[in-house]
This record gives sequence, structure tokens and C-alpha cells, in this order.
Amino acid sequence: MSKQIKAVALISGGLDSMLAVRAMQDQGIHIEGINFFTGFCVEGHTHAIRKQDQNKQKRNNALWVAEQLGIKLHIIDVIEEYKDVLINPKHGYGANMNPCLDCKTFMVRKAMEWIKENEFDFIITGEVVGQRPMSQRKDTMQIVVKESGAGGLLVRPLCAQNLAPTLPEQEGWIDREKMLGFNGRSRKPQIALAEEYGFTDFAQPAGGCCFLTDESYSKKLVDLWQVQGHKEYEFDDIMLLKVGRHIRPSPLYKLIVGREEGENRFMEGYRNRFDYFFNSSHPGPLVLMDGQLNTPEDIELAARVVARFGQGRDAEQVTVTYTPLQGDPQSITVKPFTADEMPKEWYI
Amino acid sequence: MSTPQQTLDVRGHLCPIPVIRTQNHAKKLAAGDILEVLCTDPGVTSDIPAWCRINGHSVISIETRDGVIVVTIMIGNES
Ligand code: SF4
Repeated sequence: MSKQIKAVALISGGLDSMLAVRAMQDQGIHIEGINFFTGFCVEGHTHAIRKQDQNKQKRNNALWVAEQLGIKLHIIDVIEEYKDVLINPKHGYGANMNPCLDCKTFMVRKAMEWIKENEFDFIITGEVVGQRPMSQRKDTMQIVVKESGAGGLLVRPLCAQNLAPTLPEQEGWIDREKMLGFNGRSRKPQIALAEEYGFTDFAQPAGGCCFLTDESYSKKLVDLWQVQGHKEYEFDDIMLLKVGRHIRPSPLYKLIVGREEGENRFMEGYRNRFDYFFNSSHPGPLVLMDGQLNTPEDIELAARVVARFGQGRDAEQVTVTYTPLQGDPQSITVKPFTADEMPKEWYI
Repeated sequence: MSTPQQTLDVRGHLCPIPVIRTQNHAKKLAAGDILEVLCTDPGVTSDIPAWCRINGHSVISIETRDGVIVVTIMIGNES
């Protein structure tokens, strides 16, 4: 009996990897999925934090895709290792702080390690030539093949007919003729194939699979790096960039203002790590302070910002409680800033 | 009811971290072992069962005790 050929698929939770897996299953390949958690994934976290997202979607898309396909999914924590990818991307960043090309290379390299350890035969991804400006061009897709060390073991079933034959094709494990020749930005071929396979209700992320493609998230990340003077980061730092309005009245500190209940609840967990404020005379959000407030004037200014986001924003006076990490809470009565008094540059 | 052999505490962590920790911990267990996972992110009530379904484990119960979500699972044969 011939040996069962096994491949691992990079599963992001989107439609393309789902189609790629199904196409390979049709060729009798045993597939398992692998999903890398970098800390920036749109999955999970934020759904739990923000109520509005929670209504929209509770499921983890990667798990959902695996279940639809009937495959196992291995979720791998790469938070630590990913730092080097984001901090020093050899090929730079995309439109925002997304290091897509280095990221893809990193993931394929990790998948190579995985197939060696688990005795799988090759790797598949849902990439399509020309689909994305940075990481899915014919030349850059070749860079991933080379720099990841995957060589002929990386198969992209959705556009394989437009690429050079890979080892599994040459060995006859899979039939090149039965693979696809998608190319370009159009999503129509994928949608048509999804229909053919009977897939409905799949996720179609617009920009990419992570927060680094998001403009406002990227701005906050750059601000963090500028202020601290280096690019190192901790998991909590990047988590907090996902929540709240970030307001920086001074290079010395920023205020993170909860936008709704879910965020306030999430931020409460950080009260033992940051100074924090809340409106005590009126209802209002929790506000974390990241940095240093050195003078009573700094504290007063911060309190006026805090008051601006409470329900007392139109009142003459609002009492705000400031709780420093070290020292006793203090009450400050201030006049809230008006919208016009808050310079636009303060909003990160 | 079976008593949990092991307890995994992932309180304070948001998904997918509870799922990742459960997955990694499950590798050390044998088929039939009962694992109790203590969580605070409500996302686990859909993610851990989904993870169990695709990996051949079963969810025995999901209950909330003093604000802590306790997901009890039984390890399947395939892990
Ligand atoms: S969108 Fe994010 S996760 Fe996807 S390839 Fe780019 S950097 Fe990596």
C-alpha cells in the first residue's frame, strides 16, 4: 500500500486557505492546519474586549475553518519569536506597519520545522499570485520559497498552475492539472469556488489577517516606539494598543480612555500596572495613564481630559479621582476641556 | 461524575491563549483524562468546545463558579 501523503496548511481563518485545503483534500492528501498567534491577530482577543465586535462574531475563524474542513488545527504561540520579525523586517513594512513578506517567510519557516518534527511531507498556503501588493507577487512569493528554506515543499494550490512545479507535483503526489490557476486581485474565482464547494458564512478580512495592516493601530504602535526610543515591546503593550482612545498631551505620558463597557472591564485588569483616573462626580470611563505625571499641573491637565470623556463634559466642574500606582488616591475638581480645546494632534 | 485529574488556570487570558494553553497541556495527558480549565474570557465557551470537536476531545461541562468559567474536558484517543 502506498504511504499516505500528509501536508500542513497555514490557516489564517480566511476563505483562501480554506479553498486551498479543500482542493488538496480532493487529491487524497491528509491535511492538518497550523495557525500562528503573533499577538497581532484580529482573532479572539478583540472580540472579547469590544461589545460591538462581540455581537458581530464570537467564533475563532481558524478553528471554524478547521471544523468545516474536518481537519485538526494546531495553534502555535509565536509571540516572542515574532518580535524580531516586526522589529527588524528585512523587506520592510507594507502600507502600514505590516511586515508581510518577512511574516510569511517566518511562518513558512516555522511550518518547515513543524513538518520535520511531525513527519509531514509538504506545506500548503492559500496564496494567490497578484492578490496582495507586497507578499503575493510572483517575485516576492519566490522570496518566501527561498528565504524560508521550504524550496519545492511549498505548494500554493490556488495558483499552482502559474508557478514553477513543486516537489509534490514532480513526485506525482499531487496532480498539477487538478490544481488552480488563479491570479490577480479579483476575488470572483474564490467566491465561485466557495460556492462550488458549498462554503457559506466564511470570513473575508479586508486588509489582511492582522492589526498591523490597520492604519490607526499602526499609528499607535509607531507612537509607542517613538516615545520609548526603541522598538522592543511586551505583550501587554501591544494588547493595550487594541483598546481605547489613545491621547497624548505630552511626550511624557498618554491617556487610554475606555470607549465602552467591554473596554473598561478589560482595562480594569491593568489597574495594578498603571496610574488611573475616573470621573467621581459623574459617570464616565476608566482612563489609564501610561508614562509620568510629574507636576500638579500635569495631573490637572490629564484630569481635564478625563472629565471631557465623562457625562459631565458640559458641566462647569467635574470631580475626578486620580489613583497613582504609588501613593493615595486624590480628588481633583476641574473644568472639562471642550472639544475645541483638545488639539487634534493629541489623538494618536 | 469524574473528578478532574488536572486543573489549568488561564484566568485573565484572552482567546486564543486559553485554547493554546489547553492544547499544550492536553499533550501531556492520556486518553480518558479529565482536565478542568479555569477561565475568565467568555470566548472560551465557543473556542474550547470547537477546539475539542476538531481534535477528538469532549467537553463534559461548562459552568460558572464565582465569576470563573470552568470548562471541563475529557481527553480523546487521538492526541
Ligand atoms: S497581514 Fe499580518 S499576519 Fe498577515 S502576512 Fe501581513 S503581517 Fe503577517
